Amino acid sequence: MTKYLGVDIGSTTVKATVIDGEKIEYSSYVRHFAKVKETVYNELQKINSLIGGDFCVAFTGSAGMGLADRSGVAFVQEVQAAYIAIRKFYPDADVAVELGGEDAKIIFLTGGTEQRMNGSCAGGTGAFIDQMATLLNITNEQMDEYALRAQRVYPIASRCGVFAKSDIQPLINQGANKEDIAASIFQAVVDQTVSGLAQGRKIKGKVLFLGGPLHFFGSLRKAFVTTLGLSDKDAVFPDNAPVFMSLGAALYSENVRPESLDSVIARVKNAKTGSGVIMGKPLFASEKEYEEFKARHRAADLSKANINTYSGNCYIGIDSGSTTTKLVAVTENNELLWSCYQENNGQPLDITVTRLKEFFSQCGGRVRVSGCAVTGYGEDLIKSAIRADLGIVETVAHFKAALFFDPKVDFIIDIGGQDIKCFKIRNGAIDGIMLNEACSSGCGSFIQTFAKAMGMEIAEFAKKGLFAAHPVELGSRCTVFMNSSVKQAQKEGASIEDISAGLSSSIVKNAIYKVIRTEPDKLGQNIVVQGGTFLNDAVLRAFEIETGKQVTRPGIAGLMGAFGAALYAKEKCAGESKMLSLSELNDFAYTSRASMCKGCTSNCNINIVTFNGGRSFISGNKCEKGAGLKPSQNDLDIYAYKQARLLECVNGGGKKGRVGLPLQLLMYEQLPLWAGFFESLGFEVVLSDRSSRKLYFLGQHTVASDTVCYPAKLMHGHMESLLNKNVDFIFLPCESYNIDEKYSANHYNCPIVAYYPELLKANNDRLNNENFIMPYIDLNKRENAAKTLHSALKKYKIPLRSIKKALDSGFERLRAYHDDVKAKADEIIASAQRQGKHMIVLAGRPYHLDNEINHGINKLLTSLGVAVLSEDSVFEKSEGVKINVLDQWTYHSRLYRAANFVAKHDDIDLVQLVSFGCGLDAITSDEVRSILEKNGKLYTQIKIDEINNAGVVKIRIRSMLAALEEGKK
Amino acid sequence: MTESSKDYTDSYPKWQDSMKSTHTILIPDMLPYHFALFEVALAREGYKIETLHNTSRTVIDEGLKHVHNDTCYPCLCVVGQYIDALKSGKYDLNKTALLITQTGGGCRASNYLSLARKAIHSEFPNVPLISLNFSGLEKDSSLPLSLHLILELAYCVLYGDVIMWCFNQVKPYEIDEGSTEKARDNAVKYVSELICGNKYKNYKKTAQHIIAEFASVPRSKDKKIKVGIVGEIYVKYSVLGNNHLEKMLLSEGCEPVVPPLLDFVLYTVLGAVNDARMYGTHKLRGAIYKAVYKKLHKMQLDIREIFEREGSFEPPHDMAHLRKCADEVINQGVKMGEGWLIPAEMAAFCESGVPNIVCAQPFGCLPNHIVGKGTIRTLKNLHPNINIVPIDYDPSASSVNQENRIKLMLASAREHSVAV
Repeated sequence: MTKYLGVDIGSTTVKATVIDGEKIEYSSYVRHFAKVKETVYNELQKINSLIGGDFCVAFTGSAGMGLADRSGVAFVQEVQAAYIAIRKFYPDADVAVELGGEDAKIIFLTGGTEQRMNGSCAGGTGAFIDQMATLLNITNEQMDEYALRAQRVYPIASRCGVFAKSDIQPLINQGANKEDIAASIFQAVVDQTVSGLAQGRKIKGKVLFLGGPLHFFGSLRKAFVTTLGLSDKDAVFPDNAPVFMSLGAALYSENVRPESLDSVIARVKNAKTGSGVIMGKPLFASEKEYEEFKARHRAADLSKANINTYSGNCYIGIDSGSTTTKLVAVTENNELLWSCYQENNGQPLDITVTRLKEFFSQCGGRVRVSGCAVTGYGEDLIKSAIRADLGIVETVAHFKAALFFDPKVDFIIDIGGQDIKCFKIRNGAIDGIMLNEACSSGCGSFIQTFAKAMGMEIAEFAKKGLFAAHPVELGSRCTVFMNSSVKQAQKEGASIEDISAGLSSSIVKNAIYKVIRTEPDKLGQNIVVQGGTFLNDAVLRAFEIETGKQVTRPGIAGLMGAFGAALYAKEKCAGESKMLSLSELNDFAYTSRASMCKGCTSNCNINIVTFNGGRSFISGNKCEKGAGLKPSQNDLDIYAYKQARLLECVNGGGKKGRVGLPLQLLMYEQLPLWAGFFESLGFEVVLSDRSSRKLYFLGQHTVASDTVCYPAKLMHGHMESLLNKNVDFIFLPCESYNIDEKYSANHYNCPIVAYYPELLKANNDRLNNENFIMPYIDLNKRENAAKTLHSALKKYKIPLRSIKKALDSGFERLRAYHDDVKAKADEIIASAQRQGKHMIVLAGRPYHLDNEINHGINKLLTSLGVAVLSEDSVFEKSEGVKINVLDQWTYHSRLYRAANFVAKHDDIDLVQLVSFGCGLDAITSDEVRSILEKNGKLYTQIKIDEINNAGVVKIRIRSMLAALEEGKK
Repeated sequence: MTESSKDYTDSYPKWQDSMKSTHTILIPDMLPYHFALFEVALAREGYKIETLHNTSRTVIDEGLKHVHNDTCYPCLCVVGQYIDALKSGKYDLNKTALLITQTGGGCRASNYLSLARKAIHSEFPNVPLISLNFSGLEKDSSLPLSLHLILELAYCVLYGDVIMWCFNQVKPYEIDEGSTEKARDNAVKYVSELICGNKYKNYKKTAQHIIAEFASVPRSKDKKIKVGIVGEIYVKYSVLGNNHLEKMLLSEGCEPVVPPLLDFVLYTVLGAVNDARMYGTHKLRGAIYKAVYKKLHKMQLDIREIFEREGSFEPPHDMAHLRKCADEVINQGVKMGEGWLIPAEMAAFCESGVPNIVCAQPFGCLPNHIVGKGTIRTLKNLHPNINIVPIDYDPSASSVNQENRIKLMLASAREHSVAV
């Protein structure tokens, strides 16, 4: 009888199944550690010796595609393979959910068959869980077990691994329980699958769960079952879930002619490396070249003092980073007395305390700590816990350290575990700061995670790349893309050495082209590179190759933040430090608990850490209020003013009907107009609920494109909110053209603002022509607009005359709103000038006013003592501007003019808010930057998305303020 | 408020008519079938034109280096191709110019020119960029368009379409390897000669000739799965943009069906017609464009008729029908990017026996959130057997990822074709 063999070659594993007649004769599951061909070869050999004979053979899986091609084996797409197996073994299933190493799939079997896979920007599944476990420094099994004991679930961005990481890191740093974080990670995977993949189609009936992660993680299964509300009977977890696709491939092989396995094995063995991978040059041509390179860099080492003999003063610097904690002690002569560099393992505080105790005991009472400064993500927590003398913005700390090694330094690049920081130095001060956006992070920890996935330590893995003959080209976008590039390279048979070298180059390219956004030869003349990632010689070499420059890498590259903090302490402190003494450290203990801040309506999730002795530390707040500092000042904050003033544009009820206006996108600009219009017609205007993460979840199932901007995604929740309020109809016009504010070549809206109503209607069952009115209007043609509205509202039989009048009064209300906002801006400017306060124009698009979109950055600014203006409140103070790109969008034109206004004032700067996924702002941001820089101003951009990563934003803003401060000196 | 305006523009080299005799003009590789004809037409006007065919990885690398990485992929490809070519040493940098098209719409694609200029200016200060547009943009550095030239280009679009349309219906079935390419080369030669001899206006005769040329290629009677390709204009047509999508589909044993460029031209013309109709703006322009539309549409219908009469091939879409298809899915007011044309083509494909569709767009393409992925649900309700896979193109998106998704679409296509 013919035997059928299916082999599923995935991104991380190889699965094989042999069917003999109706019986499953053999099945196996092994990790391939990027050695795809070898692993498949070994598996086939094994099967040949165990069973032998003739087989019908088919491959499946993402990494199987290429191998199948080159070894002349039949191939079946993996979702199709699953489909075949499901129909055979589970003919009554309604839906199948399959999570793999890097893909997620859903198959709807009943009610219209449909097979879906995650898009290219939705990485995180199995590999995502691996990555997160690495981040928490626990095994996958532990993570599974921890999650079962969780008390609460934190919201974690589920779209992609990189984003989730940005959400998780602050939680770890704030000391949230690993149990809760683990559960939150599994919930994020579920949310991603339900919203990103099902996209509005309900997952119900008998649901089959397939793939490795769902088989191995009980907590993940539980999260799925709970979220989908499935009964035990309807949630099916087959025993052979991990090898299910290979089973499908085996069934598929029925269509293939049987042949001896020997010949298949021979073909696999001889399969060539594909030509689809682009190779680079080796990093080092010879051992000798490497030795010279090492010798050159050894010159930048710091002289050391012996801790076992030294007596005298010392200064301690602590850099509590996102993944690692760094501590440094220096002597009065700037010698390195002691240092340590350690993984946080999610417990930065414990590690700091333990290490300090070690330090004290080594010193044996001969050393007096004269000052202690803390920097990094964990600055506030650590500073408050150990009673450090000073805190210092990490960018400034890094600059101080770099200056020590190269007084002429004009460019610093720091690649750490989680972030890339670059500063340009001009006239001895930080002149420009570039930090990586949430999307392109990854950086060092990516290599680390990858090394672990390969079953190697990071140093060992990185070293492999040094002499790789053909480093693979892996692209320079985000790590999710790198993941799939690695996958492709594996598929094509690239070696681990080549992949390692490729990753190093990738990280460098990511930094240069994505973060710094410049040509390598324009970075600067005297470059200092630092951060733990640069201790890796392969990365350093790749950087020198890419820039064509010899750079300075201090021997303490990984400790630069801490070293800078120590230097800062030395600069500022004298005598005895306030820091906890050894005996106090020995007694040190703390507890942490989660809570909700009731300081304002934001209701931030906060974490309260209580230290023994009654002191406590609160983190997680959007503003600084919870941290016990002064509350934000509303009177110097135009965002706060606008938020209140905008809502005042809705006056109350009429009896003609209830019209719902969704408060997002276009409506943030035109609410006064439409509220005025409908109220003067006698309608009652009902607003959707304020934006929130909860509101987003309410509409998440109707989001059609997972890479659209967050404001657009939120719109789905606003529609649901209005539908739930039983309004007679929702009104949201489509406007290709915005209102013409002169000076620009045209006055378009962006495609999203202009046409999103089309998408909303198409993807929400509850919306129809009756309850959703979305006329196409050009407001610059008031006559015509009135006619359009007249026909759109014909059901209400309103005379055209009244429509015209109502439109006029709408415009009147809009004008009054704009006038008030501008008057308030004048007031704030005058008041700030009186008080000698600095002003920031927080510039974006009108809907960035939404607190859920801007994550309270305005409050953060005011709590840091800065007055806040907005682009729409000041742009009219500027003349028109001519720029290098087409100026044909109303909102863009406002940005350019606001920048031009800022350029004329020493006490005003600009911070641009950019929504992730806003393609148009890729253009505006470069132009705004250029306007500011041409006038000698700093440009700061903050990319915002559904993630609320206040920590990063704060570092950015504080760095900017520190840079401004330096500039003034 | 002051009336003056602050000028932040950088100076850049401008195209002057006098350069016509001295400069070679490079154009990006976007429409393999049409640009060959454009080259001939422009050469007749005295321009020295060269279409770029460099598609190596360095092209993408140059793009990544010189263009904001969040900008869409086509811009990156085009700029990369320019810079790679300029660096190749093949061209005299004082005697080379670059041509780029511009629509002036509300999609950021209108800014490709400015972005390309910014990128190129720093390294190649003497290379002017020329805008080819019909909206009066970049007046000081654009290709002067005589009515005659516009007409000539319009005919090139028409003939390029017929060649592409026939080619795709012959290639998958050719019995003698390479015979389709030969027919294409003959057709291109034939049309080029007509253009050179200024005898190109008899479009019916020309179309007939091209169709006959392809019809004479011996073909097998195999039944192959037809796969429609719709999407953003650049990645839809350009092999650099879509990782040789047509070739991949051919190797999978499918027949790729790529909509004619004329559809896009008509869609753009209708944009002005619709604006006048819907908003009462620019009524004169609207009236002129309406006349243009009528003329072009008539030509399209004539060519359709020739295809039908000849009988060897499926005729191309009728724009009036596409508009009806659009109306069932989305408003014709959606006019940014490829707008309503995308769902219209998807619906029309499905009706004409091509339910399997690749909807191609650059990663993060703003209009396609709405007109691509956003319309799939409506289309599915209208045509339950429609089988669409949206594919994002990006400098770093691996082809494995794209291929795997296309293969999934093909798997269900095959499943369905067996079931029928």
